Amino acid sequence: MPGSLLDALWLVPALPLAGFVLNGALALTRPGAKRAVSLIGVGVLLLAFAAAAGAVVAFARLPGGEPVVQRYWEWLPVGDLQVHFALQLDRLSAVMILVVTGVGALIHLFSVGYMHDDPGYARYFAYLNLFVFFMLMLVLGASFPVMFVGWEGVGLCSYLLIGFWFNEQINADAGKKAFIVNRIGDVGFLVAMFLLFRATGSLDFGDVFSRAAGTFPPGGALITAITLFLFLGCTGKSAQIPLYTWLPDAMQGPTPVSALIHAATMVTAGVYLVARCGVLFALAPVASAVVAGVGALTALFAATIALKQWDIKRVLAYSTISQLGYMFLGVGTGAHAAGIFHLATHSFFKALLFLGAGSVIHAMHHAYHATHAHDDAQDMRNMGGLRHQLPWTASLMWIATLAISGLPPLAGFFSKDEILSAAFAQGAVRPIWYAFWAMGIAAALLTAFYMTRLMLYTFHGANRTGEGARAHLHEAPWVMTGPLVALGGLTLAGGALNVSPLFGGGTWLHRWLEPVTAAADRLQPAVELSRATEWALVLGAVAVAALGIVGALRLLKPEALVPARLAPPETGLGRVLWKKWYVDELYDAVLVRPVMWLSREVLWKVVDARLVDGLLVNGSAVASRALGWVGSRLQTGEVGFYVVLFVIGVLAVLGAAVR
Amino acid sequence: MLTALIAWPALAALLLLLVPTRWAKHVALAASLAEFAIALPLWWTFVPAGGMQFQLDVPWIPAWGIRYAVGVDGISLFLVLLTTFLVPLSVLGSYSYITTRERGFYALMLLLTAGMLGVFVSLDLFLFYVMWEVMLIPMYFIIGVWGGENRLYAAIKFFVYTFFGSLLMLVAILALVYLTAQRTGVISFSYAYLMTNPGALGPVAFWLFGAFFLAFAIKVPMFPFHTWLPDAHVEAPTAGSVLLAGILLKMGTYGFLRFAVPFFPQVALHPAVQTAIVVLALVGIIYGGLVAMVQPDFKKLIAYSSVAHLGFVMLGIWALTLQSVQGALLVMINHGISTGALFFLAGMLYERRHSRMIAAFGGIARVVPLLAAVLTLVSLSSIGLPATNGFVGEFLILLGAFRTYPVAATIAAGGVIVAAMYLLPALQRVIYNPLDKPENERLPDLTPRELAVLLPLVACIVWIGVYPKPILRRTEPAALQFIQSVRASAAAMTAGR
Amino acid sequence: MLLGPALLVSAVLFALGVAGVLLRRNAIVIFMCVELMLNAVNLTFVALAQRLGVAGQVFVFFVMAVAAAEAAVGLAIILAIYRHRQTLNLQNINLLKG
Repeated sequence: MPGSLLDALWLVPALPLAGFVLNGALALTRPGAKRAVSLIGVGVLLLAFAAAAGAVVAFARLPGGEPVVQRYWEWLPVGDLQVHFALQLDRLSAVMILVVTGVGALIHLFSVGYMHDDPGYARYFAYLNLFVFFMLMLVLGASFPVMFVGWEGVGLCSYLLIGFWFNEQINADAGKKAFIVNRIGDVGFLVAMFLLFRATGSLDFGDVFSRAAGTFPPGGALITAITLFLFLGCTGKSAQIPLYTWLPDAMQGPTPVSALIHAATMVTAGVYLVARCGVLFALAPVASAVVAGVGALTALFAATIALKQWDIKRVLAYSTISQLGYMFLGVGTGAHAAGIFHLATHSFFKALLFLGAGSVIHAMHHAYHATHAHDDAQDMRNMGGLRHQLPWTASLMWIATLAISGLPPLAGFFSKDEILSAAFAQGAVRPIWYAFWAMGIAAALLTAFYMTRLMLYTFHGANRTGEGARAHLHEAPWVMTGPLVALGGLTLAGGALNVSPLFGGGTWLHRWLEPVTAAADRLQPAVELSRATEWALVLGAVAVAALGIVGALRLLKPEALVPARLAPPETGLGRVLWKKWYVDELYDAVLVRPVMWLSREVLWKVVDARLVDGLLVNGSAVASRALGWVGSRLQTGEVGFYVVLFVIGVLAVLGAAVR
Repeated sequence: MLTALIAWPALAALLLLLVPTRWAKHVALAASLAEFAIALPLWWTFVPAGGMQFQLDVPWIPAWGIRYAVGVDGISLFLVLLTTFLVPLSVLGSYSYITTRERGFYALMLLLTAGMLGVFVSLDLFLFYVMWEVMLIPMYFIIGVWGGENRLYAAIKFFVYTFFGSLLMLVAILALVYLTAQRTGVISFSYAYLMTNPGALGPVAFWLFGAFFLAFAIKVPMFPFHTWLPDAHVEAPTAGSVLLAGILLKMGTYGFLRFAVPFFPQVALHPAVQTAIVVLALVGIIYGGLVAMVQPDFKKLIAYSSVAHLGFVMLGIWALTLQSVQGALLVMINHGISTGALFFLAGMLYERRHSRMIAAFGGIARVVPLLAAVLTLVSLSSIGLPATNGFVGEFLILLGAFRTYPVAATIAAGGVIVAAMYLLPALQRVIYNPLDKPENERLPDLTPRELAVLLPLVACIVWIGVYPKPILRRTEPAALQFIQSVRASAAAMTAGR
Repeated sequence: MLLGPALLVSAVLFALGVAGVLLRRNAIVIFMCVELMLNAVNLTFVALAQRLGVAGQVFVFFVMAVAAAEAAVGLAIILAIYRHRQTLNLQNINLLKG
């Protein structure tokens, strides 16, 4: 029986794909059939979750924890390159498919309420199903190319869903930006694949990882290049410096999309990739340091920007970037289990935060819609005091806020603490990690601060929505609050997955992932800390989090805020932060515009039109015409002249012949 | 069988002149479908092995050693199938586009078909040259008579460009035959004979290769011989653009695979030549993409994107690894399908709005969801999204090319970004963004006829993306043979020198 | 027998013809001069046929036949030009230029 459930592994991605096909057909033929669309859209996710759970249970019963690879057909059989369309279930992908289908199902359910009045309802669910399909391909793929199918596929769905309300230019722009920035990262992934294939002669995970240790000398240039290219892919997909700029813009999409794609699942693909390729990264200490360093830096950098954002979703977006930085700090340190642990817990509390924000925006939007006001439904300056109208949302979001700040015993506390401890411990071997750890701690302080700020401005103080609109604010229907409650439960209890021995736990997730991470761990052994140091670290982290929260409560005055349209412009450092350190402007001035200018003014108008076409092509036409003109001067039209020439010619020939 | 493939459309073209004008398109469709039906069995009867199959070889002009010799191998098989597949679609796609002199148009289309197939199956250099010219003339008229406003300029440019190359090629063919005859005493234009009896060409080989190179590079087109392409594409009617992009460009790369490289491997593998061609291919990829990015005209954008795609093919051929050559063959097919579909869509948009300008549209996904969906899918295939055909080909090329030219392949991989940079913004400005032009509010969605044109292409896009093995299996022996023969004879010649 | 004088006469006739074509302006006169040249060549053929065989005499017939055809076409053209331009002075007729 367990065998048959594992044989049905293909069902896990196939079900969402079927949902996409059916919903896509409905979207094109009968966009009004909302009941059928909801049934299909949510149904396939629930079934996929069931199939995933069944497969994982069956897998867990197998001894040894060796990966199970199911090959379906030969995809790219070319000479020594043999890529099968194959799925691989191991302990890492087991965690991932459960998170993806589980959180995904909750978010689908939430969407039923959130998107209910949207004319593109069927299209929305078609895209969402398609996303889940590609995400599952990403985590289940048994080789780099199959994973790449999912890797680019999720980017596509992200593009489609960010630009879901495509008739607004800003949305379509954001979608395009996301795709193109992701593509830059994808090229890194591609080049890494080429290097791997050239070095190891295979692209299957199993072959590559088993040959890696024998092929690459530790710390060599080749393996460093491979892992850095891979990490370039990760910075694109997981929004790390320098390719993070697309994620805040991606908030133009519907809020459940932000929750599913841009918080819980897709953006964590990079972390998954680094964890998956742990062996490779363990062989390249420089690359690992880069991963950890970029992660720590991003965590801190994004947190500073989040301090001054007014759009509730943008705060969460920068918070996501920051938290992803933590995960990279974890996996870059070699603490793969800690990174994956944070990935899982983050997907719980960040999905909760986003869905809560969605619930708030839903209420605000309805209120403004009912009063025909044109204020921004996402600006926190237009909110305030919403805990009275949205009690469930407020209390659940407070749980998530405390979790992301790292207060015990919530999920975020355990996972973040593990990452920071691992980073600190690594410092004993490589001192640069102390700097990373310090950045992580600083980011934790800021995290607690900006999340408390978000909660204060949204739910506390006086309401600034406007007199007329206030009466229309109300809590969302149960299809929306239900998933919130479920995620709240996971946020409360998720830490239990991997409680460290310090608190009497058994680090269950760590042991579960052991078969996957063992090879990397052997190459890069974890550094043990003494009990006392660990306690000091834990207490310090909690103190920092508490400091952030208390500081925000003390320093910020929700009463002093005015609605967005009355607010004075920011000044000084606040303006720099509000403008996101002007990075978008910098990229625009340094990269986007020059490339466009070069293409338009130089390549097209000068090289193509003037040089190649004007000078060479039409120039040769002009030259031959000029030559013809010279010849034509000899033709006077007078027969007599011709005869003279003729006679001269004859005489010349005769003369030549005689001589 | 192959003879029937050439003869039937030529015959049908004559027949078409006899039927009343209002039946012309239906007769042409039936004839081209029959042609496809003749070609399709090749798919099953073709044996995946090296060497030519379905050969026919009879004397034509014995005094000069000219024979009527035809045959296909794995390289030409799919080009033949692609041609016969695209022609009925082009005919069907022209139903409402061509409204004047219909009989002449469809007769020329069929004549063009005969010429294109002749090019792909010829195994005699004289026959090849004749067919090369046969296909040139109908295309000249198709652009010049049924084209857009600037059609005469475009048609003459197309003709002169191609003719210039083909005359040089003729000189090279004659020189090759003469030099071979001088050595062996046998005058023969036969491909097989010339391949097995390479003349001691010495330094002349460079010049002969140069002549072949020019003829084929213009056709591909490689930078800087590409400027006829945007003009021809923009002015040509939809069917003309589709066949131009889908088939005619492939004749250039096919010519390299069949003639230029195998005849002169020592030149093709000369380091300087290698460097030059790889650099030109890279320039094509990046430059074509960047210039495509700033085009205001949708058809011009697609035309420049062809320069980029064909740059990948050239890179794949020159990298000479099994993966890259197989990828090049796949991209040749894929480009015919994806770019063909893009041109169909551009034509459909033009029929609705009578404008090719991207700026004339905007936000129409709300009005024409079906068209928008197909356009999105086809664009994604063109930028090489995994699980569509575009990815499979480009991935194989890059993977293979990386073994030979790591730096070049890395730069070419950057072309993948550029591809997203030119097609996605165009897609956005056509189907997304605010619906701000009142003319666009009442555009009709795809008709069943238009769907019938697009669906086969869409099906191929997905099919080749997910399961390319049937194609790869059939092309592999030919690709392997190509690589081995080139490498072996280049080595032999270098050693013998 | 008389070969030298015959060739001399034909050479003189030919030179006269060339000079006429070069110097005169009237189309009819030029035309006549061309005929003179042709017949000078004919004389050469006949004279040389004595020594070199009958082929030269045969060729004379060809030349005469061609000259007759040429005369017909040439006169027709001259006539057409005259009707058109009311002159036969070739300096005024320069249509044949590039």
